[in-house]
Amino acid sequence: MRVQKRTVALGLYFFLLILPIYWMLNMSLRANADILASFALFPRNATLANYMKIFTDSSWYSGYINSMIYVSLNTIISLTTALPAAYAFSRFRFIGDKHVFFWLLTNRMAPPAVFLLPFFQLYSTFHLIDTHIAVALAHCLFNVPLAVWILEGFMSGIPREIDETAFIDGYSFPRFFLTVFVPLIRAGIGVTAFFCFMFSWVELLLARTLTITNAKPIVATMTRTVSASGLDWGLLAAAGVLTIVPGALVIWFVRNHLAKGFALGRV
Amino acid sequence: MGLTLEHVDRIVDGETHLCDVTLEFPSGSRNILLGRTLAGKTTLLRIMAGLDRPTRGRVLVDGKDVTGVSVRKRNVAMVYQQFINYPSFTVYDNIASPLRLQGVPREEIDRRVREVAEMLRLTPLLDRLPAQLSGGQQQRTAIARALVKDADLLLLDEPLVNLDYKLREELREELTAIFERGRSIVVYTTTEPTEALMLGGNVVILDEGRVLQTGPTDQVYHRPTTMRAAEVYSDPPINYLDLVVEGSQARIGEQVTFALCAHLEGLAPGRYHAGLRANRFFLKRRTDRDVALESQVELSEINGSETFIHVNHQGFPLVVHETGIRTYKMGSTVTVHADPAQFFVFNQEGSLVAAPEVDPGRTPARR
Repeated sequence: MRVQKRTVALGLYFFLLILPIYWMLNMSLRANADILASFALFPRNATLANYMKIFTDSSWYSGYINSMIYVSLNTIISLTTALPAAYAFSRFRFIGDKHVFFWLLTNRMAPPAVFLLPFFQLYSTFHLIDTHIAVALAHCLFNVPLAVWILEGFMSGIPREIDETAFIDGYSFPRFFLTVFVPLIRAGIGVTAFFCFMFSWVELLLARTLTITNAKPIVATMTRTVSASGLDWGLLAAAGVLTIVPGALVIWFVRNHLAKGFALGRV
Repeated sequence: MGLTLEHVDRIVDGETHLCDVTLEFPSGSRNILLGRTLAGKTTLLRIMAGLDRPTRGRVLVDGKDVTGVSVRKRNVAMVYQQFINYPSFTVYDNIASPLRLQGVPREEIDRRVREVAEMLRLTPLLDRLPAQLSGGQQQRTAIARALVKDADLLLLDEPLVNLDYKLREELREELTAIFERGRSIVVYTTTEPTEALMLGGNVVILDEGRVLQTGPTDQVYHRPTTMRAAEVYSDPPINYLDLVVEGSQARIGEQVTFALCAHLEGLAPGRYHAGLRANRFFLKRRTDRDVALESQVELSEINGSETFIHVNHQGFPLVVHETGIRTYKMGSTVTVHADPAQFFVFNQEGSLVAAPEVDPGRTPARR
């Protein structure tokens, strides 16, 4: 049986993709001394000690909880603001609509570091530093524009006549929006939620600056593992593996809709 | 009583879509808006529904000004050219939705939905989603949703245009029967003269945002007051020949002359346009009065079991409608016969001067 070139190439590509992730998994299952002492393709003395530490030490697991709280908050805020905004951009014409729509996107062009200082001062003034809502709001800076763009694409794919038919039938706007319109763009909402989740989950700079201890995200915790005894390799790898898991789960749920989002050219 | 439009204009981005439209639709009447694409039919329908506001003018329902009233507060139903249903609702829920919003009791909703579903033969499909239906079934669902409401005003915007030929014929017959039973004002737009004739009622001929003519469908067919109205109200468009009347003789082009007869008698000398629909041209001589026009074949197009032969008579493009499938070679010469007693005569300004007698026994021919 001849193996096709394509299969070989794809296999190689996949191998290269998976290699760092495998290496991290490998390290997470070994003790620090073991990692530093010998090179091993697979853990000989596999141990779950690193994972146990993360699940028992509150300074570690609270990081996950904090991250999940502000990511969820951010996704909810982004969707609830972007849904009506995207509807307006998709259905109505108003002065400057195209400019505002483009301006939204330009918010994504600046690196988050630009906003660091003003955000810090602003949130300090309102005593929001070290709260989940602070990070959630800060992440809206780039998640709301993205959500508006993605949702607008999905909404413009729904014929306007459906809206009109609903109004002729006597639907009030909120009722139409929730019972007729939202189910039609379910896929779009899923894709949008995924992207909001992803950007908020991986963002480090703003999240670290705006939190101290109470809302400290996991990504920030991971950057602080350098101690007097050096890097805790095994622990860091275990934390890394656990950080990938939620993202992978979310991708699994929206995998069928993602392609549509890409096809609309909005993602 | 009924629906009245008073001097309605609609201007969008400096472009006039409707110009000074004044129309009256008595309650219970059946009305056909006939016009080519871009004639303003849909715009007019949207203004009647209350989806758009007229730029100028008023819309009155039973004498009350409803110009700015939201569509939600009006009792209207509308069917679009595209098949518009709520994709996430089943056929049953689609049809039931306007009734639910009106707060009709559950048993009555069920009774009315099943009644209208039976009428449109949707009963076996009630549990399906619109995406699982064929185009004809989807449009029947949309029509059912419009009918179940029993609205005062039922608007249909070319509802059958996206359906295939057979289905269209079938649904058209059903609709005609349904409209006859209903009590609402029906406004139905179409581009096809045939459809207007089949549905009957009154016709409004729209062209470039203006109302050209109104009246009972067959009457307007037999007496189009202007050349443009006659053009819109015939498919293929009515043929025009230049006619010169000299004494008791008339001349078409340079050579063909004939004696004035029937309704043409008494025409004052001068230049006219003679209009004749494609189905009034024949390739065989039928009466002694017939004029014979030597023409060159430019194209012969077969449409179902009919043939449209596009010919040229001394610079006048004519379309001849023949039944049966025939083929003619391009460039060959044929003799087209026309009975002057069938001529519509328009003056130089394009207004009707003389129209052929209507044979009372004959209903308007298809096409």
